[in-house]
Amino acid sequence: MDIYTRRRIANSVVMSLSVAATAFGLMWLVLVLWTLLWNGVAAITPALFAQMTPPPGSAGGLLNAIFGSVVMTLIATLIGTPTGILAGTFLAEYSRKSRFGDVVRFINDILLSAPSIIVGLFVYELMVVRMGHFSAWAGAVALAIIVIPVVLRTTEDMLNLVPNALREAAAALGSPKWKVIVMVSYRAAIQGMVTGVMLAVARIAGETAPLLFTALNNQFWSTDLNAPMANLPVVIFQFAMSPYADWQTLAWGGALLITITVLFLNIGARALASWSTFKQ
Amino acid sequence: MSPTQAAARLAMPPAPSDSDAADPQATSRQKAVMRNVDFFYDSFQALKNISLPLHDKRVTAFIGPSGCGKSTLLRILNRIYELYPGQRATGEVLVDGENILSPGLDLNLLRARIGMVFQRPTPFPMSIYDNIAFGIRLYGRLPRSELDDRVESALRRAALWDEVKDKLRQSGLGLSGGQQQRLCIARAVAVQPEILLLDEPASALDPLSTQRIEELIAELKADYCIAIVTHNMQQAARSSDYTAFMYLGELIEFDETERIFTHPKQKHTEDYITGRFG
Repeated sequence: MDIYTRRRIANSVVMSLSVAATAFGLMWLVLVLWTLLWNGVAAITPALFAQMTPPPGSAGGLLNAIFGSVVMTLIATLIGTPTGILAGTFLAEYSRKSRFGDVVRFINDILLSAPSIIVGLFVYELMVVRMGHFSAWAGAVALAIIVIPVVLRTTEDMLNLVPNALREAAAALGSPKWKVIVMVSYRAAIQGMVTGVMLAVARIAGETAPLLFTALNNQFWSTDLNAPMANLPVVIFQFAMSPYADWQTLAWGGALLITITVLFLNIGARALASWSTFKQ
Repeated sequence: MSPTQAAARLAMPPAPSDSDAADPQATSRQKAVMRNVDFFYDSFQALKNISLPLHDKRVTAFIGPSGCGKSTLLRILNRIYELYPGQRATGEVLVDGENILSPGLDLNLLRARIGMVFQRPTPFPMSIYDNIAFGIRLYGRLPRSELDDRVESALRRAALWDEVKDKLRQSGLGLSGGQQQRLCIARAVAVQPEILLLDEPASALDPLSTQRIEELIAELKADYCIAIVTHNMQQAARSSDYTAFMYLGELIEFDETERIFTHPKQKHTEDYITGRFG
């Protein structure tokens, strides 16, 4: 067998293995989505968005859970985004080579990969135990702690991509550092930073463990941030584990809803990112 | 005479400022004077005992092989090197008699007086108009019409106005490389600096754009003290009045451009400009 035939065979073997591995990975994703659609579509009705979570055996929807998820995600994003962006700015613009910066970066990486149940337990100790009850505030804080490292990391990465020549050019005009950052660095990195925030929102939209220990759940409509609040992930958890068929259907509907939301957030983030590379 | 002696001899204190009043061709006032300047990247010494003048309303070109310290020298003049910890300069750089290396100096004010244009065009990610207005806005709020005038005159000064007057609101990133570089020159000119530092401003451009930049330098010379770093020997010969030849962090020779290119005193200089090395 000559060397070219050997190379051709090796090439086909490696390529077949790669394609097979890709197909194997994609298969699970497709199966998950398919099951979700198959079981969830029936549950997507107007009532799902109009009625409260029902007791077993009666009709109902997920309105209070959807509302709770939106509220807590929103508050978490409002807390986590400025914190993450400012900390990321500190790392990228003020302490790129400093030892302190390295330590902060390392700790943030740990926080980034920390199991979310630990975050939930932490906030449980910090807020729930002290306040004496579960609350939407505690849930929002737990989610914010998950948002911060994601936003921090993407902000730092995006600012690091801004060429130093641009900062030099702005400084050479006599611009003070904060103006260089706000007017030039942020402008150059804004799409990537927004993408990071969207990915963080997508991440917390489906988090269950931190909410289980903090916001818990609420069967009724509640807008009181100091009281337990319903939310999609915990409701799905509770309803899916129950023996009641109508609860299980609602759980499928909720799961499909979260998946679609996360899907669109990711697509949006993708579109934004490619738009920014196109523009430059 | 050793290179350092040659340089030291040339670094005379500034001449009286009325010396060029009558004849523009007469020796012009020294706008800036470097005296015994050393520069360090951490422990590596990149410039050794540099002394030379920069004349007002004249172009001074810095030539020499890569890594000889030309750009480093330019970056001392507006202290842009201070953006990076570990870089430091010692010695004296007098601009109009004031030592700009002294620690208490307001860097933003210094950089307003001494503009810089870089090797690669660096348009900010904003509109053409805002690119120019950026620097002006740093120093105060102008009425809209006045700001418009300042932007227009800066763009005219950089010979860019006719090409962009109908798309001032479009992104500066959409311009061609040569236009972007002229935008950067306009941006630097807009804050009305006294000295203009050009760090290989045409090295990333095609020959036609290069020619436009050179024409521009010839025009700007009437109002500014210009220092230009270039790899292009013809460019130095064409567009400068004084030339400094540097090698391995030392100033080998500084003289009027014509003399450097016709009768260099140092063998080293002659070898470089005739292409025998570098």
